[in-house]
Amino acid sequence: MAEEVKQEYWRWPEGTWVNSGIDWRKGKIITAGVDVGSVSSQAAVLVDGDLYSFSNTRTGSDSPDSARKAMGIAVDETGLTVDNIDYCIGTGYGRVNVPMAQRTITEIACHARGANFMYGPEVRTVMDMGGQDCKAINCDDKGKVLNFMMNDKCAAGTGRGMEVFADLIRVPVWEIGPRSFQIKKEPPMISSTCVVFAKSEVVGLLEKGVPENDIMAAYCSAMAHRIMELLNRLGVHEKFVITGGIAKNEGVVKRLEKELGIKTAGKVWYKPAYKDYPFDTQIAGALGAALFAEAMVSKDKVKSVRKA
Amino acid sequence: MQAFYGFKDGSGEWFVIIDADKCNGCGKCVKVCPGYALEVGEDEFDPLSEKHLARVKEGERKKIRYTCAPCQPGYGEELPPCVAACEPRAISHSEAWRQSYAKK
Repeated sequence: MAEEVKQEYWRWPEGTWVNSGIDWRKGKIITAGVDVGSVSSQAAVLVDGDLYSFSNTRTGSDSPDSARKAMGIAVDETGLTVDNIDYCIGTGYGRVNVPMAQRTITEIACHARGANFMYGPEVRTVMDMGGQDCKAINCDDKGKVLNFMMNDKCAAGTGRGMEVFADLIRVPVWEIGPRSFQIKKEPPMISSTCVVFAKSEVVGLLEKGVPENDIMAAYCSAMAHRIMELLNRLGVHEKFVITGGIAKNEGVVKRLEKELGIKTAGKVWYKPAYKDYPFDTQIAGALGAALFAEAMVSKDKVKSVRKA
Repeated sequence: MQAFYGFKDGSGEWFVIIDADKCNGCGKCVKVCPGYALEVGEDEFDPLSEKHLARVKEGERKKIRYTCAPCQPGYGEELPPCVAACEPRAISHSEAWRQSYAKK
């Protein structure tokens, strides 16, 4: 009998990166941000305001453990420990459960600040597509939130919905974007808003013999449409950027750009010195938290808790 | 800054909107709210500012439609207590309540 190969199609690649050009032992202020989301957890470490390392991992069933894991991966093999960090801020859905954090800040403020650092001060609208909710944020040139809107009632049209969909049609989640363009004609979008109903609608389409790629296109455009409704309520201004996991899915991003008539900014670091650093849209929250920590410590608003 | 507290779903947009620039943190809205939905605290969305502001309690945000509903039937003719109490006119509600609950 042939052996069954078990593959989890929703599993997106995790990532970590350490800046080899910085020696943290020479740094005066070391701050960290930990973003424990509903689906993914990130940690970012700054040395004197410069990006030192980050990690991006999946959230487990236990928020404190996920926070520790994200932090552990970010500082792995660098010799840096939690005791060396001046100040750490927790953010995201599980922010109250980050054991090493001294305080918490909402992910809305952190994403605006993080996007401002990553994409530059011209950013005016940030769309964070998270695992279980999406947030549209308008901000000013300093990354300060001007207004925001959140759609957090359910997981429809968010990252987790995409994972469920990937598992259902048995296509790795990172292939959905490119494959959703390999179609002859743009299909009508999935009409159900609820993930569970959308799932049965997809099963129905599969049974009808609709090609897989067409179903992917239908799902991506449904998601793009949902995001657009939220954005239109708030108002979109250039420079418009998307953070979070869905930003990596071009099937959704390109369809959203088409519906809005606005291009999203390129995924390149604003600081020229950062041009060779990997660009991960998912770390915006953790990076924002670390930046807030840096600002607070350097302005003497909070006391450093560094032990070593 | 305008903070939208609440949610949007298939039935409409349910948001209590508090203008952070206008709010002076006096707390009058907190006292008059019969649903105990409001509180005064530090600015969540601008952690570097020292100003204290009114906000909707975290636990109320996902059910704000129902918490705010009892005050809404007179919406449009008579102001809800929090809006009436607010001197700097910082609080407003999204349209969905008026459309659903206003006297016809």
